[in-house]
Amino acid sequence: MYKGVMVIGEQRGGKLHPVTYELLARGRVLADKLSEELSCVILGYGMEQFAEEIIQRGADIVYIVDNPTLKNFLPLLYTRVLTKLTQEVKPGIVLAAATTQGRTIMPLVAAKLDTGLTADCTELDIDLKDKSLLQTRPAIGGNVMATIKTPVSRPQMATVRPKSTKPLPVNKGKEGKVILKDYETNLFSTCEEFLGFIKDTTQDVNVQDADIVVSGGKGLKTRDGFCMIEDLASLINAAVGATRDAVDLGWIEYPHQIGLSGKTVSPKLYIAIGLSGSVQHLAGMQTSETIVAINKDKDAQIFKVADYGIVGDLFEIVPELIEKLKNKKEGKDSLQKRSEIYDKV
Amino acid sequence: MNIYILLKQVPGTSDVKMDEETGTMIRTDRRNVINPLDENALAEAIRLKRALSDVEVTAISMGPPHAQRALREAIALGADKAILLSHKGFGGSDTLATSKALAKALLTSVNGRLGKNDLILCGERATDGETGQVGPMVAAILDIPVITFVRKITLEDYLLTAERVVEEGLELIKTPLPALVTVIKDINQPEFPTLAGKLNAKSREIPIFSPDDLGISNNEVGLRGSPTRVVKIFKPKLSRDVIMHQQDSSGAAVDNLISFLEKRGAI
Ligand SMILES: Cc1cc2nc3c(=O)[nH]c(=O)nc-3n(C[C@H](O)[C@H](O)[C@H](O)COP(=O)(O)OP(=O)(O)OC[C@H]3O[C@@H](n4cnc5c(N)ncnc54)[C@H](O)[C@@H]3O)c2cc1C
Ligand SMILES: Nc1ncnc2c1ncn2[C@@H]1O[C@H](COP(=O)(O)O)[C@@H](O)[C@H]1O
Repeated sequence: MYKGVMVIGEQRGGKLHPVTYELLARGRVLADKLSEELSCVILGYGMEQFAEEIIQRGADIVYIVDNPTLKNFLPLLYTRVLTKLTQEVKPGIVLAAATTQGRTIMPLVAAKLDTGLTADCTELDIDLKDKSLLQTRPAIGGNVMATIKTPVSRPQMATVRPKSTKPLPVNKGKEGKVILKDYETNLFSTCEEFLGFIKDTTQDVNVQDADIVVSGGKGLKTRDGFCMIEDLASLINAAVGATRDAVDLGWIEYPHQIGLSGKTVSPKLYIAIGLSGSVQHLAGMQTSETIVAINKDKDAQIFKVADYGIVGDLFEIVPELIEKLKNKKEGKDSLQKRSEIYDKV
Repeated sequence: MNIYILLKQVPGTSDVKMDEETGTMIRTDRRNVINPLDENALAEAIRLKRALSDVEVTAISMGPPHAQRALREAIALGADKAILLSHKGFGGSDTLATSKALAKALLTSVNGRLGKNDLILCGERATDGETGQVGPMVAAILDIPVITFVRKITLEDYLLTAERVVEEGLELIKTPLPALVTVIKDINQPEFPTLAGKLNAKSREIPIFSPDDLGISNNEVGLRGSPTRVVKIFKPKLSRDVIMHQQDSSGAAVDNLISFLEKRGAI
């Protein structure tokens, strides 16, 4: 029988990625509703050291497959191992993050297991009537939300949008089992070859990982105007985002594009400056916790999703905002306050 | 070698508006277009065809009969051939069922079996479904290597090297053919169709295949072959309780913004 909730943890470069903790928080809620166990799978090399924190963050069981060939993400290889493991464990639900890894591995495993998969869910719940998974995701460019079920096939599989939930705090007292899985060597041979990784140095802060994103659109008028976005961002430790128009005009590179054909972000704070809020842009940012918009057009669509809006000329407002934030930063009191806030987080 | 493009026709989204009352889409623009990233996939195939010798480019799509238009456009853009999977039996297919049909077409299509030096190109995702699942699922069914989120392809001696864009940078991966690659926008800048291409496309017949033609049972595709079901569609709560300020010379708008953000613990 298929039972329990399994989350696929994510490691990058030998380090456990914090998105794993978000998945554990999601999985915990579902497992509790079902009164079943929550397990976490980690594929990699030298990963055993992370097992304890995985348990303290919510897992009842940690499966570790440790092998030098698993150091880097190779789709065929990871698929083979994960397919084998899920066939053995038979979880009712399998979740992974909607990252470049998760969005690659999950369709591969789902197809191998001949089961359904729902991409990029923002909400997950259990239908208590039949104990099935309710998978909710934005559809048609964020215009509507769709709730999807996998009525018959098992496991029920979903990728979860990063930053759509908060990790659970560490619970030092929590206990769990660590199971080291080993397989015969031929399972680990593959025709794929990992040649290398080149870190992107143009992005100090990855937009998808950042707590604050400052985004600019065509309203900035020129590349020089767009520099204001970068100034504001660096002042408050934020990542820089942009609309497609700003990217197409060459003011900033594509990895910074937010929206339907760019990245999806869900930071604590999103500041939208001189952008209209097209459906395609909203699709990439409307789940942000707090949204601030600055636009001269009081009817701009972006105000519909904002928590705080300023109607006016950005070329006056943004310099004023930068100036005032700078003064604050220099004041000792506020420095202290900021570090307190950070401690809490 | 053969390069296959999996190409989907999607609604032109530039003019999609929401009906605030009913939560449905108002499509002022009824045009359908080639999924933008599939255009990149096609452009990449054509680039490879120009660079290598003896390459045939085939576009494959599954969709309603009018998806022939998208395929004809693919021919105008330089594809040598196009085939369409269209039949009511395919209707309601989710990503798994779609992938099974496309994989079957790749195994049995007009060119014969998928060859050992063949390459399949897909968009990383489609603008309508936005799942990005079909490419990897097809690869899993065919049991061939897949590289996703690719912005550069190099082919040498039937070995494929790809630059894969991930969250923190670039990964370089090498794999033998046959393989499937999903591409992102950065890979190239698609060209416009030429007049000659358009004329050539106009007169071309696009063969249409049904599940029967492909030897797929009706239980594998369409709604019956789809493990997932949409059980509810609803309009997200777009509007938040926005606090609006008009900028003036007092500086109040910015002061209030800063204290608002501090209160929320956002900065
Ligand atoms: C298939 C498809 C995919 C797409 N994907 C994306 C995507 O991923 N991301 C994306 O962003 N877009 C995407 N788009 C494009 C999208 O439809 C819009 O064209 C784009 O988001 C608009 O960018 P913008 O807001 O910067 O420009 P505009 O819509 O031109 O908005 C500029 C705004 O700046 C304001 N402004 C101007 N001057 C000032 C000033 N001095 N002070 C204050 N405000 C000022 C104006 O009032 C206006 O609201 C996509 C489109 C399609 C068809
Ligand atoms: N019906 C289809 N016909 C042909 N190719 C498709 C179809 N659906 C998806 N694809 C391919 O799979 C990619 C990802 O689509 P999706 O999984 O729908 O986001 C697209 O960019 C296409 O290359």
